Amino acid sequence: MTAVKTEAKAVVPPVDDEELAAGRASRPRGKRRLGPGKPIPLAFLIGPLLLLGVWAWGSAAGWIDDRVLTAPWTVVTTAWERWESGKLGPDLLVSTQRFALGLLFGVLAGLVLALVSGLSRWGEAIVDGPVQIKRSIPNLALLPLLLLWFGIDERMKIITIALGVLIPIYIHTHNGLRSIDGRYAELAETLRLKPAAFIGRVVLPGALPGFLLGMRFAVTSAWLSLVVVEQVNATSGIGYMMLLAGTYGQTDVIIVGLVLYALLGLASDAIVRLIQRRALTWRRTLED
Amino acid sequence: MAPHTGGLTTGAAVRISGLHRSFTDDRPVLSGLDLQIGQGEFVALLGRSGSGKSTLLRALAGLDQDATGTGDIEVPEQVSVVFQDSRLLPWQRVLRNVVLGLTGPGAVQRGKDALAEVGLAGRERAWPRELSGGEQQRVALARSLVREPELLLADEPFGALDALTRIKMHGLLRALYERHRPAVLLVTHDVDEAIVLADRVLVLDHGVVKTERRIDLDGTRDPSDPRFAAVRTELLAALGLAGGVEIKQEES
Repeated sequence: MTAVKTEAKAVVPPVDDEELAAGRASRPRGKRRLGPGKPIPLAFLIGPLLLLGVWAWGSAAGWIDDRVLTAPWTVVTTAWERWESGKLGPDLLVSTQRFALGLLFGVLAGLVLALVSGLSRWGEAIVDGPVQIKRSIPNLALLPLLLLWFGIDERMKIITIALGVLIPIYIHTHNGLRSIDGRYAELAETLRLKPAAFIGRVVLPGALPGFLLGMRFAVTSAWLSLVVVEQVNATSGIGYMMLLAGTYGQTDVIIVGLVLYALLGLASDAIVRLIQRRALTWRRTLED
Repeated sequence: MAPHTGGLTTGAAVRISGLHRSFTDDRPVLSGLDLQIGQGEFVALLGRSGSGKSTLLRALAGLDQDATGTGDIEVPEQVSVVFQDSRLLPWQRVLRNVVLGLTGPGAVQRGKDALAEVGLAGRERAWPRELSGGEQQRVALARSLVREPELLLADEPFGALDALTRIKMHGLLRALYERHRPAVLLVTHDVDEAIVLADRVLVLDHGVVKTERRIDLDGTRDPSDPRFAAVRTELLAALGLAGGVEIKQEES
């Protein structure tokens, strides 16, 4: 009796089984249902390109007034003309230089402060408070004071940028240091690691993910501060170029400046992300 | 001599006398424990949860700064610890993990040799997360053996592994022990594991060594051997567990 029943089942599957089979077929094998899914090639370009498309389409269809927002092709020709006439190159160079120097000093300062504060209780007691206070004061608010102290030369601009960069580097590196699993410290103790080896092999690599996250914020912050210092007092740089254009009502030049800022920002973020990927191969996260 | 000392007479690797440890003031975890482990002796430590076996091991490893207490501990110069988790640094490749903190010429070669000994030759450049749980624990064993310890402390080293992997690891650990001959203190909750591996099994209860049993089964130690079963019954009784599980068969 039982044998017959089983046989019948095998030949004509009941409705329930069929539905189950159908449900399974609709879910492709090897695909994770949870998590963001497979990575899309050049994914970070898709959003910006979409935006560019809307802009171009709007300009071509006449929906966007040229005096309000210049068409993308006009921006390209304006940029080219300025480049040809030698007006754009020096401004771009000066801006990039300020960015790079401000970032460099800011990262170094933030890193040193984070290490001092992350590795010793006394360091934390001394360093952490002032950094948190600085964190709650916007860079813009500090500007008048920085102007008085350092004047209007390059030094003041680089210091302003560095002050902005220092904060995210400090916060994320410090957090990375403090969230290293205490069990590794215990291991280091049983292996009798010397302090230098402990810092080099356990502490710094453990804090690297935090530091690199801080780097991404720092890069953005550096561009932001650059815009501020170049529009408040400067006689060169992309921000100064835009400020001048604003006075003369040259929308296309302003857009050139904005596009340059955007491209530089995207490029520097992409570089940091590349470094992140290379440096953190040991880590498997949702991103991969 | 204190009542619960034993081991080889040729000199002890570990001497503990009158060890008291407590974390909060209400209940002591170790209360006047005496223990001696001979050089090259393999001792397993059984006990229920909270009996103080991990506390004892951590005291020997010097990892109990958070505890208070008195007593004398003598341990050799070279002590290695194997934890329940492999505790490999995820950002260092396997070989770097093994030789972590080792200096001097030949450190890398010794690390490679140790990896080969645990059957992981060729995996030097792998990341820890690319290994299975059993393989990770083998790397941890290599890391402790490369330091040529006189005392190996193992805190439930196979507790997180599946039953089949655990059996394989028993064979590996015993083979490594026989080649290197460190004194071993193995903390475990697995009675069979203790009998298979150790020369002497201690049962810890309320902070003192309550029972001590020398395992004198020669040749292959087989859980189906009646003598093995007798030892197991004895140790289970010492742990306060008598008899098996009662199964009521329903009548059909």
